[in-house]
Amino acid sequence: MIRFLLKGLLRDRSRSLFPVLMVSAGVFLCVFLYSYLNGAIGDMVDASARFDTGHVKVITRAYNELASQMPNDLALAGAANELEKLRTGHPRMIWAERIRFGGLLDIPDEMGETRAQGPFFGMAIDLVNNNSPDLALLGVAKAIVRGRMPAMSHEILISHAFAEKLGVVPGDKATLLSSTMNGAMAMHNFTIAGTVRGTVRFGMVMIDKSTIIADINDIRTALDMADFVGEILGFTEDTLYDDDRMIALAEAYNTAHSREEDEFSPLMTTLGEGGVMGDILRLSTFAVTIVVGIFVFAMSIVLWNAGLMNGIRRYGEIGVRLAMGESKGAIYRAMIMESICIGLAGSIIGTIAGLAASYYLQIVGFDISDMLQKSSIMISSVIRAKVSITSYYIGFFPGVFASVLGTVFAGIGIYRRQTSQLFKELEV
Amino acid sequence: MGGGEFTALKGLDLQFQRGEFCGLIGPSGSGKTTLLNIIGSLDVPSAGSAIVLGHRVESLSEKQAARLRSKHMGFIFQTYNLLPVYTVFENVELPLLLMATTEEERREKVMAALKWVRLLDKVHSRPSQLSGGEAQRVAIARAIVKEPELVLADEPTANLDAQNSYNILDTMLRLNEELKTTFIFATHDEKVIRYLKRKIYLDDGEVIQDEIVHAGA
Repeated sequence: MIRFLLKGLLRDRSRSLFPVLMVSAGVFLCVFLYSYLNGAIGDMVDASARFDTGHVKVITRAYNELASQMPNDLALAGAANELEKLRTGHPRMIWAERIRFGGLLDIPDEMGETRAQGPFFGMAIDLVNNNSPDLALLGVAKAIVRGRMPAMSHEILISHAFAEKLGVVPGDKATLLSSTMNGAMAMHNFTIAGTVRGTVRFGMVMIDKSTIIADINDIRTALDMADFVGEILGFTEDTLYDDDRMIALAEAYNTAHSREEDEFSPLMTTLGEGGVMGDILRLSTFAVTIVVGIFVFAMSIVLWNAGLMNGIRRYGEIGVRLAMGESKGAIYRAMIMESICIGLAGSIIGTIAGLAASYYLQIVGFDISDMLQKSSIMISSVIRAKVSITSYYIGFFPGVFASVLGTVFAGIGIYRRQTSQLFKELEV
Repeated sequence: MGGGEFTALKGLDLQFQRGEFCGLIGPSGSGKTTLLNIIGSLDVPSAGSAIVLGHRVESLSEKQAARLRSKHMGFIFQTYNLLPVYTVFENVELPLLLMATTEEERREKVMAALKWVRLLDKVHSRPSQLSGGEAQRVAIARAIVKEPELVLADEPTANLDAQNSYNILDTMLRLNEELKTTFIFATHDEKVIRYLKRKIYLDDGEVIQDEIVHAGA
């Protein structure tokens, strides 16, 4: 009998191919939408983490209060010792020192007179050390448009747009004008080793603006910050943010090292904690949950209805089978089994297609840089999907459960009616 | 009979003998289909008792009623109700799949049934490739393939022209005479009525005439 039913199922396209295609399409949309939104939020979180917040960040309590002003006068003392302590205490994390600073970049002519000048945002990282985790985290080498990576002290990278604005090329000299952490005037000469472009390489429009990237030891010298560091950023080994784990890490660290009465004591903050990024993260997660939830629910109704219609459409066949002597229970079970097969086949196909499309978008991405030309927030200009564990099973909710539920409801009509009444309705 | 305020049948006292070729005749709403449903254990009387092939219909569970239909009854419908995705062979095979029969046995019985209705050349055809008369002959083959004691036919010629109706009736009469299969029809078709050996006239749920037609009459 199973072979007989299977034969019918395969031959009748309106019972097999079309429902499978319909389920597949619904599941594909669910998987793709989920992965796309997941990626869009993930990209935003990831970009913010790599360039600004880390997954956790160690700063002084006072620096934390005024973080948006890049208050290097409130930087963390004993930087080397603190970094070593973090690396030893949490070897499964990636730790990177950063100093953020601002100032003027002065371009001299052959006579040493100012040829061009412009304000900049500066980021000091471990730039000339080949083993620097920051090089990989920021993908600096890949962002170079002209010139090369800095190979020695006193070499910097500047954004390509900034270089064009100042009329400089790799090899030109530049003087950094800023203030030391003590408030004195800071001047330091650099050689431009290369230019970087955000939109193409970093995927960050903001980097296209007036940015310089310098080695942290040069900046320590320039800003009189020997053994001081603005921020120590921590990342999980797989660079995937795990809110619960980071909160636990920060709580343990703060309990052990941070003292409320000492504004210069270190404080560990998490990406999701407080601040704009925290709000964005919470809001985005909530929005994604709502959007995906509504979509999955809507698809469930569509597929439920499809299951229901498919069941009702077959009342004629069911009537014949009842007359032949098949029991209602056996027919009902066969219908549900058939529906499970259809739901599973559709869900598997839809999930594979959804994952394939999501993987493609995860690798290639969708460039929205044209929309972000005037952006001043840390947001990726290339939206990418992100395939997560949930992507693998989310489509099965509408795909299998909703389809089967539709059939269950269609079948209840058969199961509960008196056979003769059913016969009348079946027009047998 | 029936539910609620409507009484479909009342005061019936009928007995059918094995091998009868009998018709329930009456206009629409006379109760003939309801009676056929009760005989076919598709419905139960709300009062009184119906004993079919030794089974009291009103005390049968849904499963027991299904088993009774599966083993002992065949149905022929007005609209043939062949399953369009299956071949003629597979449509006729369906009732046997519900019984514990081997593949070999099924093949033999299906071929024998198709031979009876003279459709051996249509074994691999689909219902959509058959004429109305051929489709109804397949339905007859499906009804008799398990060699049931009782075949119930509800308006079997309603969708057929005269020639096909006579062919179908000839086939059923031949089955009745050679296999001693009992046929009970629900009909108001004069062509069918002419073939019947027993005519039970119903009106408003009551038997108004029960007539045995003697050979040669």
